[in-house]
Amino acid sequence: MPIDVLMPALSPTMEKGNLSKWLKKEGDAIKSGDVIAEIETDKATMEVEATDEGTLGKILIAEGTQDVAVNTPIATILAEGEDASAAPAPKAEKNADAKSVENKSDATGDPEKSPKSSDIKAESHPSPRKDTPEPDPEVPEGTEMVMTTLREALRDAMAEEMRRDPDVFIMGEEVAEYQGAYKVTQGLLQEFGDRRVIDTPITEHGFAGVGVGAAMAGLKPIVEFMTFNFAMQAIDQIINSAAKTLYMSGGQMGCPIVFRGPNGAASRVAAQHSQDYSAWYSQVPGLKVIAPYSVADYKGLLKAAIRDPNPVIFLEHEMLYGVSGPVPKLDDYVLPIGKARVVRTGAHVTIISWSHGMTYALKAADELAKDGIEAEVIDLRTLRPLDTETILNSVKKTGRAVAVEEGWQQNGVGAELSARIMEGAFDYLDAPVARVSGKDVPMPYAANLEKLALPSVADVVAAAKAVCYR
Amino acid sequence: MAAAKKTTDQAATDSKSGSHAPPDFTKDEELRALRDMLLIRRFEEKAGQLYGMGAIGGFCHLYIGQEAIVVGMQMALKHGDQVITGYRDHGHMLATGMEAKGVMAELTGRQGGYSKGKGGSMHMFSKEKNFYGGHGIVGAQVSLGTGLAFANRYRGNDNVSIAYFGDGASNQGQVYESFNMAELWKLPVVYVIENNRYAMGTSVTRSSAQTDFSKRGISFNIPGEQVDGMDVRAVKAAGDKAVQWCRDGKGPFILEMQTYRYRGHSMSDPAKYRTREEVDKVRHDQDPIEQVRNRLLALGVSEQDLKKVDAEVRAIVNESAEFAQNDAEPDPSELWTDILR
Ligand SMILES: Cc1ncc(C[n+]2csc(CCOP(=O)(O)OP(=O)(O)O)c2C)c(N)n1
Ligand SMILES: [Mg+2]
Repeated sequence: MPIDVLMPALSPTMEKGNLSKWLKKEGDAIKSGDVIAEIETDKATMEVEATDEGTLGKILIAEGTQDVAVNTPIATILAEGEDASAAPAPKAEKNADAKSVENKSDATGDPEKSPKSSDIKAESHPSPRKDTPEPDPEVPEGTEMVMTTLREALRDAMAEEMRRDPDVFIMGEEVAEYQGAYKVTQGLLQEFGDRRVIDTPITEHGFAGVGVGAAMAGLKPIVEFMTFNFAMQAIDQIINSAAKTLYMSGGQMGCPIVFRGPNGAASRVAAQHSQDYSAWYSQVPGLKVIAPYSVADYKGLLKAAIRDPNPVIFLEHEMLYGVSGPVPKLDDYVLPIGKARVVRTGAHVTIISWSHGMTYALKAADELAKDGIEAEVIDLRTLRPLDTETILNSVKKTGRAVAVEEGWQQNGVGAELSARIMEGAFDYLDAPVARVSGKDVPMPYAANLEKLALPSVADVVAAAKAVCYR
Repeated sequence: MAAAKKTTDQAATDSKSGSHAPPDFTKDEELRALRDMLLIRRFEEKAGQLYGMGAIGGFCHLYIGQEAIVVGMQMALKHGDQVITGYRDHGHMLATGMEAKGVMAELTGRQGGYSKGKGGSMHMFSKEKNFYGGHGIVGAQVSLGTGLAFANRYRGNDNVSIAYFGDGASNQGQVYESFNMAELWKLPVVYVIENNRYAMGTSVTRSSAQTDFSKRGISFNIPGEQVDGMDVRAVKAAGDKAVQWCRDGKGPFILEMQTYRYRGHSMSDPAKYRTREEVDKVRHDQDPIEQVRNRLLALGVSEQDLKKVDAEVRAIVNESAEFAQNDAEPDPSELWTDILR
């Protein structure tokens, strides 16, 4: 029996791709491991390797064919003694895309993972700014908005600050030549050179300390962690050195440094690569902690973080990197650290979240509206200092609150929120504050369990209804 | 920093301390090596396929090209010796005798996987086979492996622990903290540095001040050797020596295995940091499996017999893939198990 070679996927979510090139001809001998063709998507190019031995029988999909569906037979391999007539005739139709995934987001570039998986997930999230009822107060009326992906917005923020201040530099694993493990630092090496865009060895504790030392000497490092899971190697320098230096030196010596990178649950990467550190860092005096949701906020707040004279933990979310959102076209868009934003107004219940948690909060608000419950949604944006005033003002109006976080519940940010609400708005509450969070387990790998471990829109809807006694 | 950058990747292949030819294998040893390496290669090719079909998610780091290391080292071990490694771990598991079915089913996140589907590609363990994982944090396994050796010394048995890690991992601080303790306390641990010339997109010359990894123990007085990690005989010979050193109570030993990964760092690394010619050259000139095949043919083993080995291995791999795709997902109640005892 001839063996079909199937169109492979570059990722579990890829549905089609282009067959750019055949590297073997019909009749060529093939060994397992030989590269036989190249395929590409808008994200990446990949080689197809044979996993069987024999001769290339028929090429079923010609090179240059676009939009070949995954798992379509593209060629046959004949075992010894077979001839090509045993192979089925080439398929005529070029596979019009039955259910192609249109995706505005750009390449993830994550060398660890499928380029598309996170982007597709992100695509299904509501566009961050769409739900904003009123223009951001910090943006002048009539400012042009430019659709930008989150990773471009982060890059632009860093580039602008590096142009502005020669003491700003970035270092981390794969930030320079590889252009960033998640392609966030794309183009920075080319513009600023290897004095200011520095690839480090895999030595988080060491280079975090080097960064802190450089900051004590007055430079303004941006230290990228490939993900915050790996910052656990470095957390001693972050807390014991960066956060405490100003205090220990009686105010003589500050530490103007930004530690940034993706934080929180990625997709299917299991227990050691899927953890939310929001609560960890936001417990520490001497740090500022920022974890935005919208693309514009990421830009304005990263610029603010780089200028801030203190150590700032800047938590990004991998699932949002590919999302596009409008960013104001201003020469210098800097947002204040420590201000939450009401992104949706409502009278019945306050839903509070930040970063990727906002995706659940906003979708839940849509769902609740169908049932006549008007939710007010607050995006914290900064976790330390926490904007208690905005939270309390809202809860005093609605009398009900739901805190949504991806991380664990015990000692989580939701626990802090409910304590502050109890302290500051006890008499206004019509129900105890509800918390929706990640389950109290390490992140499992299996698809079904991972889903169960994360909060869901349904969880938020249920919690909101519960505090509304509905 | 950038200024001190070297320009070639040659260092990784240049100086070989034991440059004389390794001792020959018997025909049976060659056949075992062939079978075990082929099993890993076919398994990894299948895993790559299943990833492409969407049956495996997240990270999946293939071991293709490096097979001679775990197979040769395993031939130097006895029952009771422990093995620990990072996330590029499928080969290590198969080499310790863990079943292809259970490994593949873990890759697809099914209940029949070694971690009931909860660990995935990077996190599998087998108490029975003395395989201690399967770790995702670069460098962490080095201290853990040192701890396994500590337990052996504490109990006074003659077991040896083998801690595998990469060229990139070799720059983590805890590696050197471990080296110091291991030599200070004469712990029976072999540090096997799998130098495949790259850590993700960073070549060793761009990340390491000392690219001769066998020398990384010098300031702790730990002996080290560079080994042709593409030649399973050389690996076994070096493994025999290092393991004996440990069993004799002389403390740790470092083996730098010079090798190469054929595939990207993980499934969708487009690997723009190296040329296809570079990959093809290693594959063509040094492939560990081809080396054994050629020697077996020279020993008079027929093509037919070699094909039988391949067929046997393929059957195991196909069966594992079949199982891994059809086994049930873990029961939802498993979300809450195994958190504490
Ligand atoms: C502490 C830590 N930092 C970064 C990473 C991300 N990461 C995973 S593998 C890898 C490269 C490791 O290279 P090497 O040690 O040479 O092993 P190889 O992948 O070549 O087998 C990096 C940077 C990680 N998993 N853990
Ligand atoms: Mg490596």
